[in-house]
Formats: sequence, structure tokens, C-alpha cells
Amino acid sequence: MEKKTLETLVGLFVVLGALALIFLSLKAANLASFSFDSTYPLKASFDNVGGLKIRAPVKSAGVTIGRIKSISFDDKKFQGVVSMEIDRRYQFPADTSAKILTSGLLGDQYIGLDPGGDDKNLQAGDSIKLTQSAVVLEDLIGKALYGKAAEGGGNRQKEAAK
Amino acid sequence: MNPVDLLCALGARVLRWLSALGHASLFFGDLVRHTPAALRRFDLALVQIYAIGNLSLVIIITSGAAVGGVLALQAYYALDRYGAAESVGLLVALSLLRELGPVLTALLYAGRAGTSLTAEIGLMKAGEQLAAMEMMAVDPRSRVLAPRFVAGIVSLPLLAAIFSAVGVGGAYLIAVKLIGIDSAAFWSQMQDGVDVFKDVGNGMFKTIVFGVASTFIALYMGYESEATPEGVAKATTRTVVFSSVTVLVLDFLLTSLMFSTKP
Repeated sequence: MEKKTLETLVGLFVVLGALALIFLSLKAANLASFSFDSTYPLKASFDNVGGLKIRAPVKSAGVTIGRIKSISFDDKKFQGVVSMEIDRRYQFPADTSAKILTSGLLGDQYIGLDPGGDDKNLQAGDSIKLTQSAVVLEDLIGKALYGKAAEGGGNRQKEAAK
Repeated sequence: MNPVDLLCALGARVLRWLSALGHASLFFGDLVRHTPAALRRFDLALVQIYAIGNLSLVIIITSGAAVGGVLALQAYYALDRYGAAESVGLLVALSLLRELGPVLTALLYAGRAGTSLTAEIGLMKAGEQLAAMEMMAVDPRSRVLAPRFVAGIVSLPLLAAIFSAVGVGGAYLIAVKLIGIDSAAFWSQMQDGVDVFKDVGNGMFKTIVFGVASTFIALYMGYESEATPEGVAKATTRTVVFSSVTVLVLDFLLTSLMFSTKP
């Protein structure tokens, strides 16, 4: 085979491979949506962040409007501090509340923002004051058990407490 | 047979096995040492990339499309029961990128390209071409083996990327065009769950390791084959067996290293 043809064919192979890699990175993986074009930071403190993960979505009315950047622990207030990055196109009133929600019964957790009615908007770096912690299933079961036990009273309460 | 003889036989076996392993390791070191020379004379490697890469494209593309389509069908069957049919794309993409793409490509590569490398070098040896090269003070390891080694390491990751991409395409055809899953949900679920570095990057790293391992095995088996027709036949068989087992074991080790811990 002539050398030029060979080089062209190998070049074609390499280009095909590179295109496949680009397709996988952009279309199948999240390289394109890695960060929102321009974002502003918000913070929220929760008594319990549950199973929230970094890069989990922040949603309002079910639409993803940002992502969680980091989760840390505040040892003064003993709360979990979640830093979020919100798309700059969306502004929220200052009395917006944040909830940790679960998508479906077994799905991943995310933060839902419920806008309030304040005239002023949240500025970059602000903290969301009104927060609602993640629902911890064990707590719920515990409460349900104690509730049942309290109804029964007496000896059965001790048994249930075990 | 008396116990002493048995012990002797066992000892001889272990010693033979150990010396073969040591020999293979030294051979690997030799190959790596000759790799820069092969990179300097890249035209030699180019011919081999054509033989290993370009000529494997057909089998890789057809297998990729078939595997992607089958995965989509089976995943849909299971996921539809839980009302999560849109996750088909995610499941197919993750399994292709993390495991099936690298592993199946490496297995196909061992069958399609590894065997031809072994047979070619085995026959060169049987025809005393390698010995003739040594007589002319040309080291066959740098002239014959190293370019093929480089070509294998370059080709396998590219082939695996093509395999995975075609597989995702095949899954798209089956899931969206045939079954009728919403195309936007198909892609967005995929993009939500697939990470560039964790999944695509680690998968590519796997293919590089597989490329080194299976090309090395093919070359070693060819270079050390007996210089007879039976010897070459045996070496070719061994290439497929050893490469496949090595790739699968390496895959298990790499997977447990890469994906065992949660982020």
C-alpha cells in the first residue's frame, strides 16, 4: 500500500476514535453541563442533611436551577452547612425557604427552594434562613413505634422501648 | 510413585513456572526499553496501527451496536417493571463505559489482532527471519516487536471508545426509535449519572492497561513459540486463552480499585 494512503487511513481511524471519545464525554457524560454558565453562591444550614451529596441538584418547582457545591459542618451551631451554586438567571426573594427532599421513595436527595414573598432578593453569599431538614426514616419509624407504645401504655410501653 | 519423586516433580514444575514468569517479566522490560525507539520510527508503528486498528473497525462497530441494542432491550424489560424505563440510557452508558466497552473490546482485540500478531511473529521465527535480522545486527525486538507493542497500546483505547460510542448509539436506536422512550429523558438521565472523569476516564485507563497486557501476551507468545507449525498453532491458542483470562482478572482488580468506594 502506498504510504500516503496508509497515513490517511490511520489518521481516519484516530479521528474516529477521538470523535467517539468526544461524543462520550459531551453527549453521554456531563462535561457540557458540568457547571452552569454563571452562578452565584447561596448557603443554607440544616439540622440534618441526611444523605445529601455534593453535586446533587437544587430545584425549584421541580426545575433544576443549581447544584450543591459543598457540605460542611458548623461546630458552633452544630448544623450542616450546604453551599449551593444557583444559576444567575434566577433570583429568589429573601424569605425563600429550603427543604431537603427525596425524589421518589428511594431516589436521591436534593434541595427544593420555595420562594417567599419578600420584595428584596437573595444576594450572592447570603444564607437561607428558613430550612427544613431531611426526613430520616429511622426517626419516623422510631416516632411511630413510640406513638403506638404510648397508646398501649403500661407494660407494652417498656417492651416497645426496647 | 514414591513421595520423593512426587515432591521432585512438583518442585520442577514450580521452578519451571517461576522461570517462565521471570523470563516474561524480562521480556516485558525489554519491550518497554525498546518503545522509545519505536516511537522515533513511527512509520513502522503506523503500518501496525492500520493492521490492528483500522482492520478491526468492522468487528468492533458491529459488535458495539449489537451489544448496545441487546443491553437496551434487556434493561428496558427489567426497568419498565419499576416505571423507570427512561433510565435505560443511563444503565447502558454506565455498563458500556465502565465494563463492557473495555472488556469486550479487549476480548475481541485478543481474538482479532492478538492472534494475528502471535501467528505473524511465530512464523517469522519459524522462517528464521528474526534470526536473520539478528545476524544483520538489527534487534528484532526494536524493529519487529516494539512497533507492534506501541500500535496495540494506541489502538485498543481508540477501539474501545468507538465500541462504547456505537453501543450508546445502538441503545438509542432500540430504546428511542423502536421502543419509544422519550429521547430527551434518555439523554438527560444518561448525562445526569455518567461522570466524565469517574466513568469515561477510568474506562479509558482500563483500556490502556488491557492494551499493554494483551499486546504483550500476544507478542511474547509469538516470540517464544516453538518454530514448528504445531508450535505456532499452540502459541496462537495460548494468546487467546491467556489474554482473555488476564483481561478479565485485571478488570476485576481495576474495578474493585476504581469503583468500590462511594464518592
